[in-house]
Amino acid sequence: MAAEEGKVDPMKQFQVEPLFGSESWEIAGFNIAFTNSALWMAITVVLIWGFVFVGMKRELVPGRWQMAVESFTGFIDDMLEANIGKEGRKYVPYVFSLFMFILFANLLGLVPVGIIPSVHAYTFTSHFTVTGVLAAISFSIVLIVGFWKHGIKFFTLFVPHGTPVVMIPAIFVIELFSFLIRPFSLALRLFVAMMAGHVLLKVLSSFVIDGMNGGIGTSLLVATPSFVLMIAISALEILVAGIQAYVFALLTSLYINDAEHLH
Amino acid sequence: MPQIAQLLDTWSSQVFWTLVFFGITFFLIGRGMVPKVMETVGLRDKQISDDLAGAQAARDAADEQEEAWRERENANRAQAQALIAEAKAKAAAASEKKLAAAQKRLDTKLEKAEAEIDAARTNAMAEIEDVALEATQDIVSRLAGTKIDKRSARSAVKKALANV
Repeated sequence: MAAEEGKVDPMKQFQVEPLFGSESWEIAGFNIAFTNSALWMAITVVLIWGFVFVGMKRELVPGRWQMAVESFTGFIDDMLEANIGKEGRKYVPYVFSLFMFILFANLLGLVPVGIIPSVHAYTFTSHFTVTGVLAAISFSIVLIVGFWKHGIKFFTLFVPHGTPVVMIPAIFVIELFSFLIRPFSLALRLFVAMMAGHVLLKVLSSFVIDGMNGGIGTSLLVATPSFVLMIAISALEILVAGIQAYVFALLTSLYINDAEHLH
Repeated sequence: MPQIAQLLDTWSSQVFWTLVFFGITFFLIGRGMVPKVMETVGLRDKQISDDLAGAQAARDAADEQEEAWRERENANRAQAQALIAEAKAKAAAASEKKLAAAQKRLDTKLEKAEAEIDAARTNAMAEIEDVALEATQDIVSRLAGTKIDKRSARSAVKKALANV
């Protein structure tokens, strides 16, 4: 990337750039340029589709690939059943899409396509505009299901059982705030986790490059340990990619459970 | 930080494409493909549980048949035992009857023989008396020269024979 210039800008990887001269595309005055971010979303969708499609042979005795796809759907199904119960089944398509979209996006951002000149990996889950949309969808589902099923009684969610009457106004406000903060925490958690990991990797990579340029001494003292640390942190990032996708899906299912069952 | 620096320029594009591509993921994959995958899993689970139930039913049937067979076998054995016991009893009764008949025959033979012996003995006694009578009369006539009548001779003989 910036290696030719001899230094690495750890923030440049998050730059959104319009592709194919689409910077002036607009709908109703809003810019909808097809950016590198959108391109990686498209790649993510194609990969998820391919993954599920190859596993959709629908054989009685599954092959490895079908087994892999079925274990993903089974994983989401079990999670929803554990957290919501029998009613959770109808949310499997949504939570599965959410989980796979985030998981594939996170993992794709870690694929070292950067070794091909002028190709840059891009992690769209490191943008709060993207994670915010996903969190908003999850939160909307919670609100819609909650008010659809319980009507005005949905507000009893903010008054836990056994609250003394004098405490109700205070508790109600606190619970309401904690409820309203959910979409933000959901969006920020994913965005921050992805961004932090990628910034850390880029900072370490600049240590490696600068250390090697600085001569034998800094190569041994700075570049080599940084490189080893990069490898370790890359492994950790793969773990984080999975965990963040899981946390997003898990919290979504927990919030939906609140909407389905109140307390 | 491009996320904030570019926010005003890019937010609408980011939101739009996120909605588009997540929408494709949800409707095409989540709604279209995932239910089919889960249906396959459900079918397989059902098939497995059906097979297990079938196996259990077959085993139950086999157990039942074995139990019936055992019962039949036991009944047959008991019947055979009864038959043997009956035959034994019959044979025992028959031999007993035969033995009793033989015994009876022997007893009657014995009785007859005894009676014959008795009769022979009485005859012999009578002959002996007669002989003794004649002898007594003869002896008396020869020695004393008197004739004694039969009656007194007989009583004397009887007296003497009573001691024999």
